[in-house]
Amino acid sequence: MSGPAPRAGRYRRPLPPIGRYALRMGAVAAALGLWQLLTSLDVDLWLRFSQFPTVTDVGHAFADRLAGADYWTDLTDSLTRIVTGFLLAAVLGVAVGVLVARSRLAGDLLGPLLEVVRPIPAIALVPVAILLFPSNEQGIVFITFTAAFFPVLVSTRHSVRALTPVWEEAVLTMGGGRWRILGSVVMPGALPGIFGGLSVGIGVSWICVISAEMISGQYGVGYRTWQDYTIVNYPGVFVGMVTIGVLGWLTSTTVELLGRRLTRWLPRTSYVPGTRPTAPRTLAPAQLAAASTDQPSDTEEARDEHLV
Amino acid sequence: MSTSSDIKPDLRTVDQAPSSVPGTRLTLHAAMLGRPDAPVLADVDLDIAQGEILTVVGPSGCGKSTLLRSLAGLLPPLAGEIGQDGRPLAGPCAERALIFQEDALLPWRTLRANIELPLAIRRVPRSERRVQAEEWLGRIGLADHSRQLPHRVSGGQRQRAQLARALAGRPRAVLMDEPFGALDAQTRAGMQDLLVEVLRGTGATVVFVTHDVDEALFLGDRVALLGAGRLLAVRDVPRPRDRTAHDDAARVALRRDVLTSLGT
Repeated sequence: MSGPAPRAGRYRRPLPPIGRYALRMGAVAAALGLWQLLTSLDVDLWLRFSQFPTVTDVGHAFADRLAGADYWTDLTDSLTRIVTGFLLAAVLGVAVGVLVARSRLAGDLLGPLLEVVRPIPAIALVPVAILLFPSNEQGIVFITFTAAFFPVLVSTRHSVRALTPVWEEAVLTMGGGRWRILGSVVMPGALPGIFGGLSVGIGVSWICVISAEMISGQYGVGYRTWQDYTIVNYPGVFVGMVTIGVLGWLTSTTVELLGRRLTRWLPRTSYVPGTRPTAPRTLAPAQLAAASTDQPSDTEEARDEHLV
Repeated sequence: MSTSSDIKPDLRTVDQAPSSVPGTRLTLHAAMLGRPDAPVLADVDLDIAQGEILTVVGPSGCGKSTLLRSLAGLLPPLAGEIGQDGRPLAGPCAERALIFQEDALLPWRTLRANIELPLAIRRVPRSERRVQAEEWLGRIGLADHSRQLPHRVSGGQRQRAQLARALAGRPRAVLMDEPFGALDAQTRAGMQDLLVEVLRGTGATVVFVTHDVDEALFLGDRVALLGAGRLLAVRDVPRPRDRTAHDDAARVALRRDVLTSLGT
């Protein structure tokens, strides 16, 4: 910074991206260190860590698993199930949500049914899945589907109903018909809300795919984790948990990034490059000039991509 | 000069006025307007001539927007008739474009994509759409902003884009609902001039709703006064769209009359 800027000095400068990555890695490392400390010292202060596997135990178990073929079979099985169930839920959830929100007839026909089925936890549908489907595989996909379907449906319905009426009226007075309004107003306008539902849905899907695998699976991360538990292989249980965590994180990040990409048009509050919410922004004159000359959307987007 | 609406787009020259489709005649006969549970205007008899600019003034809540939405076909009349060229209206259509006060541009489309929308609905080929939209952006002075999203430009620029979007569809009537209501006085005068300029040669019939009496008297060939749930009067405006006519004796007298009958 050049020149006298008496007030700017009081504000903290935002961390550069590399610093933020370091901060995140540090937080994870600290948590792991605490775990290692508590378990290796066999701390028993009401919470009992003496039976807990240490980080290194889990690390070794993980390395062994990665070398074997079963781990990858489990992984692909679970991923196939969740992706199939979730995609079905996304497509049908959006379709039914739009239908219920836009058509009174559909609302009357489907509304009560959906409301009665909605409170039933997807995992409680295991008996139904067993009765309905010839194989466990389809049953698990069905349960995963049901889990994600309702969040997607409900958020789609709400965001379609909350659309600004002038958008539709404008397209109507341009001569647009039903399909034009659906494609040019309803879908893009509801997209931010739909992605809210998809984000919730992918999370619930994981809960249900793992639970369903524990109950009735053959292969799959949930099945393996439960198997390890029954044979008292605690490091193996933790390997399963970490795997679920990482997979869940990856899939929800994918959904999140896709959503951000598709709703880039959303207006944001004042453009603050890289600042942390606690630190009010100040821009050096050079930065200000740069920000006003180049296309702000590029930088803005670039900044946002690494938030996850 | 006036060409039919099915003229091939590529026959028009670039610099010519965008559309010279003949305007349309809009008539209301003993019309009761409003929502079924809340009628706002009763007994409206109005004959809007082909190609004229009719401004509508009245206090807020008097039914100006209701009148406009009814003319657009968004609100069916509760009683009586609304006709276009002698035929009753059957819902909204591209012949009667509506311009709103608030942001009616689709926020996920760039200014250019917004202006291309009515052309897409009319199934104009993509390349031709682009050419026409760019022409329009030039005409309204936003050529440099064609790739911007609506929320990234000012309110005045958004309203200009909305005007271009409505006119790009070559409507035979343009219904404007306080389009400059949210703009500051200076931007507003500029927008009025721009409106006059882009309307010249389009031949479209215009119904322009405003709560600003001066705006109504500047733009309108005639001014309609609404109040107390009905149409109070329709008056001819002397020397419309002439800035120097502001102090014209006839204009001053009319202004006083209008203000008196609106009870302000």
